[in-house]
Amino acid sequence: MPVESVFERLEALLPLVGKPIQYVGGELNSQVKAWDVGGDATVRWALMYPDAYEVGLPNQGVMILYEVINERPDALAERTYAVWPDLERLMRAHGVPQFTVDGHRPVAAFDVLGVSFSTELGYTNLLTALDLAGIPLLAGERDDAHPIVLAGGHAAFNPEPITDFIDAAVIGDGEQAVLEITDLISAWKTEGRPGGRTELLARMARTGGVYVPRFFDVEYLGDGRIRRVVPNRKDIPWRVHKFTVMDLDDWPYPKRPLVPLAETVHERMSVEIFRGCTRGCRFCQAGMITRPVRERSITGIGEMVEQGLRASGFEEVGLLSLSSADHSEIAQITRGLADRYEGSNIGLSLPSTRVDAFNIDLADELSRNGRRSGLTFAPEGGSERIRKVINKMVTEEDLVRTVAAAFGSGWRQVKLYFMCGLPTETDEDVLQIAELAKRVIATGRQAAGSRDIRCTVSIGGFVPKAHTPFQWAGQAPHEVVDARLATLRAAIRADRQYGRAIGVRYHDGKPGIIEGLLSRGDRRVGAVIRRVWEDGGRFDGWSEHFSFDRWTRCAAEALAPHGIDVDWYTTRERDHAEVLPWDHLDSGLDKDWLWEDWQAALAQTEQDDCRWTPCFDCGVCPQLGTQIQIGPTGRTLLPVTAVGAGGAELTARP
Amino acid sequence: MRYAKRGRMRFSSHRDFQRALERALRRAGVPMAYSAGFTPHPRISFAGAAATGVASEAEYLEIALAQRCDPDLVRAALDDALPEGLDVLEVVQARTGNLADRLEASVWEVELPGVAPEEAEHALAALLAAPSVQVQRLTKTGMRSFDARAAVLHAVVTREAGDRVPGSASEGSDAACAILRMVVRHLTPAVRPDDVLAALRAVADFAPPLPARVTRLAQGPLMHGNGAVADPLAADRDAADT
Repeated sequence: MPVESVFERLEALLPLVGKPIQYVGGELNSQVKAWDVGGDATVRWALMYPDAYEVGLPNQGVMILYEVINERPDALAERTYAVWPDLERLMRAHGVPQFTVDGHRPVAAFDVLGVSFSTELGYTNLLTALDLAGIPLLAGERDDAHPIVLAGGHAAFNPEPITDFIDAAVIGDGEQAVLEITDLISAWKTEGRPGGRTELLARMARTGGVYVPRFFDVEYLGDGRIRRVVPNRKDIPWRVHKFTVMDLDDWPYPKRPLVPLAETVHERMSVEIFRGCTRGCRFCQAGMITRPVRERSITGIGEMVEQGLRASGFEEVGLLSLSSADHSEIAQITRGLADRYEGSNIGLSLPSTRVDAFNIDLADELSRNGRRSGLTFAPEGGSERIRKVINKMVTEEDLVRTVAAAFGSGWRQVKLYFMCGLPTETDEDVLQIAELAKRVIATGRQAAGSRDIRCTVSIGGFVPKAHTPFQWAGQAPHEVVDARLATLRAAIRADRQYGRAIGVRYHDGKPGIIEGLLSRGDRRVGAVIRRVWEDGGRFDGWSEHFSFDRWTRCAAEALAPHGIDVDWYTTRERDHAEVLPWDHLDSGLDKDWLWEDWQAALAQTEQDDCRWTPCFDCGVCPQLGTQIQIGPTGRTLLPVTAVGAGGAELTARP
Repeated sequence: MRYAKRGRMRFSSHRDFQRALERALRRAGVPMAYSAGFTPHPRISFAGAAATGVASEAEYLEIALAQRCDPDLVRAALDDALPEGLDVLEVVQARTGNLADRLEASVWEVELPGVAPEEAEHALAALLAAPSVQVQRLTKTGMRSFDARAAVLHAVVTREAGDRVPGSASEGSDAACAILRMVVRHLTPAVRPDDVLAALRAVADFAPPLPARVTRLAQGPLMHGNGAVADPLAADRDAADT
């Protein structure tokens, strides 16, 4: 049965809202497939990024899945994003449901609503979307007519706080996962939907790769801790494994990046040059849960850049990964691309670069054709001591040497990222950030022969995450974080010699506590999210919408019956024996290894990178049957006719 | 270059269009001339773009190329590279003076869903009878008060939509819909269709129940005598013929 577009009804509301272009779709390389494109068994995905369009559109994960699914003749995928409160009010008043921006089809008509959570602060937006879609908020109240609500993304590695609202979750790489799930749904539909929704979910759960929360029971101890998490069906495994895609060259997505009309947070195309990271920074959830390292080959990267530029017309290419300068052939890649696009105004950028893997040749290649932007590094910790605790093994000498070289070759600005509230941190560790910034300016002035240089210090509050060695750590109270940052700021401002050349940017510590509650929460936190949403909570990742008071008030109310509170989830340190809410989700990391690494952190002992030193048994490769895939391949990039450099075919005939 | 902003693309802002155009120029392989300097930009000049939410059949801009190209091929390539609804209608080689100076007035069509034509006619008559009508609008420099009457050179209320392209605004409603067609001179500050609606409200308590759907049908030099608007690219086309 065809599903009607709600566009006409939506269109009447658009003159009344801010930035209406974000709701109309029609982006370059977007597509709308016929509702019955694959016949009766067509599998239809609505893919949601639970934040504003301007943040969600550039998301690589959604873009990849959109393309992978749409390439199948028997399936279709459309996108939906969080609507701002002005449109939400109008949609409620006029009965317009949550819609996809592609076909403007109602989200409730799809088979799956797949939601990609990069951060926990999108949870309230999920509830808005479900409610606007007319899908019951509670998974248990849905029937066969409703979509399967499926969570993915990094935050899904601990989906326990949202288990009330989702039917299933997938952890790890999504490409293969969505295809396998599409196969399951297609087969189930072809068979005439035997057993309805429950049987479909059971089929997914039996694979061991899809987590269906309703098939697991959580038992608690008298003191509030978890006693155990146990399946309530005999036919599903006790632990759910993560998906890992091997050989990125087999998955060259997105091939045709979406190009929005609206302004978004990233005005560039991105090519993922490798996935995973084994540097072993102990605070970094992304680095822990995406192992092992899998590089895309230099030629694979070259093809994706060329194809993507032709399809999009972007002027900047971001070479994406968790630490891009660590690619085994990064020098050849940047030089090869800069040669290819010589004279074309196409710029390259490395969004994440380690100080110790960076050099000026690399920076020069990046800015050869495009614009020379500032340099950004993330030492993360101010003191050598705290950097040993977090295993961010860059030395002050590395940083100063690199920065001096950069200032010596013409850069005028450097940005440094740090964290505050790290385990074992003292005031002194944070004050060292000021000392480091002063040395950067002093060295920079000398190297540049000028006083006209700047250093911006940007500081975020540390939030302990699941599946990391810091998953047992007590989070620093926001009062402590705020006090340390105030002291740091005062110290920098008071410095007459360098203070004016150093900018300090930070956010207060309160949102970090709520992020902490959500990231290490269990099923009891679901009631907090629900209460916050009912109280009007939306867009919690946006400081102008986030309300700490609302969250603490609702949390106190919802958690009191269990005898626990926000502190219990955040500032409390866990011990080795405690069952963690996500223990039944297998990221491949061995829990004993994580604990040893946590102990090593407390002892300020560093851990090497297994790409260059022997395996240290984190557990991922043997557990999941994967291995590190790195070059060098020894191949090179050949010249191509660059986009934008031509125009010959448009030239006037003489 | 003349281009149209149609259908859902009328919700794009001017900045949205600028970005889309720059990307389309690269995708189409148009050999752009870039400005010199630290951050080179393609040389594009826009002339008075229609506001966000307003459709248009007659937007104009000039681009500078690094080499001589066939205007028809540029039109086709660029139109292909832009999303549907942002349509390049005509490209001519610039041979005469500043295009922007030739855009003296616009022809607007304002659809007023839910408004009976008689009601609109009554309000319009009151407006045309007034020597001047002050309206207020928030501008970059703050709230400004200006006359919205003098700019209105010609205006009528009709029941049938004019010669606009299907889909330039939504159609097919059975309910009453008055359509206001008017020629408005480009003044400083600019008098926009919503300013004229504000003037109608000021003189006759005219309050449409639903948002108006506005389309710019044409803009160009004012013809003397009859208040019609001529084709601003005609001069360049004529120069090419000689």
